Amino acid sequence: MTGKAFSHPRIRISGDRSFLVEYGEAIDETVNEKVRTITELLRKAAPDGIELILPAYRSIGIVYDPLKTSYNEISGILSRLEAQMGEAVIPEPRTVDIPVCYGGEFGPDIEFVATHNGLSAHDVVRIHTANPYRIYTIGFAPGFFYLGGLDPRLHTPRMETPRTLVAAGSVGIAETQTGAYPLDSPGGWRIIGRTPLKLFDAARKEPFLYQAGDSIRFKAISPEEYTRMAEGGQK
Amino acid sequence: MTETFRVSAPGPYTTVQDRGRFGYVHMGVPVSGALDDFAYAAANLLVGNAEDRPTLEITFTGPELDVLSDADIALAGAEMDVAVNGRPVRTWRSVRVKQGDRIAVGQAGSGCRGYLAVTGGIAVPDVMGSASTYVSGRIGGIDGRPLQVGDILERGPGALLENPRYMPWFPLYGPDIHVRAIPGPQDEYFRESMDLFFSYAYTVTDKANRMGYRLDGPAVSRDPGAPKSIISEPSMHGNVQVPPDGKPIILMKEQTIGGYAKIATVITPDLFKVAQARPGDCIYFHPVTLDEAHGIYADWRQCEADIRHFFTPERGG
Repeated sequence: MTGKAFSHPRIRISGDRSFLVEYGEAIDETVNEKVRTITELLRKAAPDGIELILPAYRSIGIVYDPLKTSYNEISGILSRLEAQMGEAVIPEPRTVDIPVCYGGEFGPDIEFVATHNGLSAHDVVRIHTANPYRIYTIGFAPGFFYLGGLDPRLHTPRMETPRTLVAAGSVGIAETQTGAYPLDSPGGWRIIGRTPLKLFDAARKEPFLYQAGDSIRFKAISPEEYTRMAEGGQK
Repeated sequence: MTETFRVSAPGPYTTVQDRGRFGYVHMGVPVSGALDDFAYAAANLLVGNAEDRPTLEITFTGPELDVLSDADIALAGAEMDVAVNGRPVRTWRSVRVKQGDRIAVGQAGSGCRGYLAVTGGIAVPDVMGSASTYVSGRIGGIDGRPLQVGDILERGPGALLENPRYMPWFPLYGPDIHVRAIPGPQDEYFRESMDLFFSYAYTVTDKANRMGYRLDGPAVSRDPGAPKSIISEPSMHGNVQVPPDGKPIILMKEQTIGGYAKIATVITPDLFKVAQARPGDCIYFHPVTLDEAHGIYADWRQCEADIRHFFTPERGG
């Protein structure tokens, strides 16, 4: 454990039907991995009456029915799970490849990001695809991931005037963060590319391609590959 | 499935809502669902449905519907002027409508959201376990959007009532709204403002929707040294978050995560009152402990069970 993890989780009451369990003080991979582990274990051990289990950066939100279970029962289970964490077997996090066509019409801001950081557009692609990014949490919009670990050489401020429409699949940078828009939406991120994958598709058997704790690896593709994959995805 | 209504006027914001979509909140898909659970369930019971069938959630006013096949309807929640073929009908009771009738839902005299239930429930495709419309995610209901002119609404299977039904008791909504709230989750950021928050009236602004209600009133300031924001954490229905301008926002059902500190959380049995609040109404927060809140919750659930029992055909043996 690093110094950023609490030795005992901190509980925060969040209304008559929910509470938050915090495992550390910072956005930190060790703390986030603990959140992922406890979430996986709790999903299996959840007593009747737990309605939602919501992992975030360093905390888990739990929604329960106070007529079926109690705060005391759940916190007892959580302590037990924490004690078992060492030998618990949970699925390994996955690394999910997300193909991205960088620059051009799909990435209108790539030159801005390059110039801002004294790089070429080619450097931006090379650095952005160099390492996988951990998904710390998902929220705000369906399938919208909060990723860690953007290389400081790519940090770029948001647009002063957000666009009224950013196309679904757009991949961008905002300050120290990188991410992707799962749906068409307004937005102020600097857009450097676009993926042909549907990051959220309610009609698909699995509406999402990843979950919190997994890693995302961006892979550069050509406009031809983009077109081919986008058409393939629509079948 | 039976074609039951043609939308001749949609109203400003009418959506299909059921209890909500619970399987994907951790994937950024909010629960959605009827903001006023109580009126929603009552409307269903009044037409003989199970209490969790899809209904229309009507905001302030509208819609106008042409009836395409006979059905029972009931409007519960906000006190809206409802007319069938121009003749006024009452809310919180079942009304038989026949093919060729026109239903017109007028403006709410009090309250903000009405729930129109129909025999069998509004039938729309199930999306990820729910009929609820989530407009910013463009899923659920009718193509993930509010009603439009020309929409045809179908209903599910269900028998018409043998006898009309009425609600034995229902809430009245007024401009002064008292809600109970439990301090936290970040109550220790607001120690010096806690008394102020629980003493003054907060006015509902026109920035009030299914995501949250922005309030106006005395600014709630963070204690000296308390952080401006927090590491983003799960948002809960009823959380009262305080952005840097100190004007509280009550979070409703279309948000999953957020980074503003929360001073308090409105208890479940009082959330329907917030759902029915209108811009200009005053909200008064009253502190309760978790134990007190659980007692109130148990009573509230019992009240819901009593109403359900009232509508069970076997009652009275």
